[in-house]
Amino acid sequence: MYSFNYLKPVSIEDAASMLSESDEHKVISGGMTLIPTLKQRLARVERLIGLEKCGLSEIKLDGELLKIGAMATHAEVSESDIVVMENPAIAELASHIGDRQVRNRGTIGGSLANNDPSACYPAAILALGGIIHTTKRDINAEEFFVDLFETALEEDEIITAVSLPKPDAAAYEKFPNPASRYAMVGVFVAKFNSEIRVAVTGAGEEGVFRCSEIETALLKAFSSESLSDCTISADGLMSDIHAEADYRAHLIVEMAKRAVTKSARR
Amino acid sequence: MILGEIDVTQVTLMVNGTQHNEDVSDYMLLADFIREKLKLTGTHVGCDTSQCGACVIHIDGISVKSCTMLAVQADGCNITTIEGLADGDVLHPMQQAFHENHGLQCGFCTPGMIMSAIELIDGKPDISEAEIRQGLEGNLCRCTGYQNIVKSVHEAAKVERR
Repeated sequence: MYSFNYLKPVSIEDAASMLSESDEHKVISGGMTLIPTLKQRLARVERLIGLEKCGLSEIKLDGELLKIGAMATHAEVSESDIVVMENPAIAELASHIGDRQVRNRGTIGGSLANNDPSACYPAAILALGGIIHTTKRDINAEEFFVDLFETALEEDEIITAVSLPKPDAAAYEKFPNPASRYAMVGVFVAKFNSEIRVAVTGAGEEGVFRCSEIETALLKAFSSESLSDCTISADGLMSDIHAEADYRAHLIVEMAKRAVTKSARR
Repeated sequence: MILGEIDVTQVTLMVNGTQHNEDVSDYMLLADFIREKLKLTGTHVGCDTSQCGACVIHIDGISVKSCTMLAVQADGCNITTIEGLADGDVLHPMQQAFHENHGLQCGFCTPGMIMSAIELIDGKPDISEAEIRQGLEGNLCRCTGYQNIVKSVHEAAKVERR
């Protein structure tokens, strides 16, 4: 690891101000990606700005929306009574990220800011049409996820919370890589009053995306049978040593079927 | 603080019931702090990439991988390592269960396994085998095939139930 200084601001305003001082300053939340990256010398910072004293871990109902603070850990989200009541698919998704020790440190804000193409949360936030609150503005999920590891966040902008609408039904299913347990394909389906929203992680060459073929098929009837003839083009999907694009295309439909079935059981 | 200079920060941590005040570089890993500063070498570093779990400790009662956390981040926290479990010569029930059920071979993963397992069964005396297997997914063992580890954790949970 290259050397750096560690700062502990006590408010998010102070953190944002420290971050804006230099390109060499970076924010750290749970550090479950950033610390391994620093250890491998894949990143170098002059100052790390820890957010642990800034609060931001509150989970609450904000009118109709479930509002989750950026520093809420995956373990806190998965075990929160409010999340389990209001949006159980999110609690279940959070309970399968990484392993127990990763869930004890990793945060929802960190996961979204990193926008790993195999991360689970981006699929949920995009499918639910969530709003990402930052130190500067509110960003719709559609505009937030830009490309692999790239978001709409500016260099000196920090996520403070995420707001999620309550779906009528929702579920997430992933096909984990047998070794790393990252999602080779993950599909989040959400049914609202008159709209079906489906988002896919782990598969797209540009990261998380909405899958219109599955959304259209599910509009006819929200059941796994509606997807029995559904096929998805492999264009724009990743091919790597773990899976070819056409296999990922197949997995997307399968995971969507399982997610729809799971959502009906709730 | 002057730009370009690397800070040394004094941290105060309670480790296994003893308070430590130490100067650490801001970029020192917690696992290195525990092993090299405090000489508590029961906490192992196996993969050093947050996968194997040999470095698991408890911070304020929560299990974390100490190779993926900085010592400065643990400032003010209450830490328990494998050395803090036994009461003199009396093993912690989880240690005793590993001992009685042959839950280890080479023993390298064992400190992390035990720290993870203690959190896992806390408040769950009726935990199932499947829950134990899933709950230990962050701990890798290359010797045992996990059978006796799972058995040990199950037995320890039963002891908790009594």
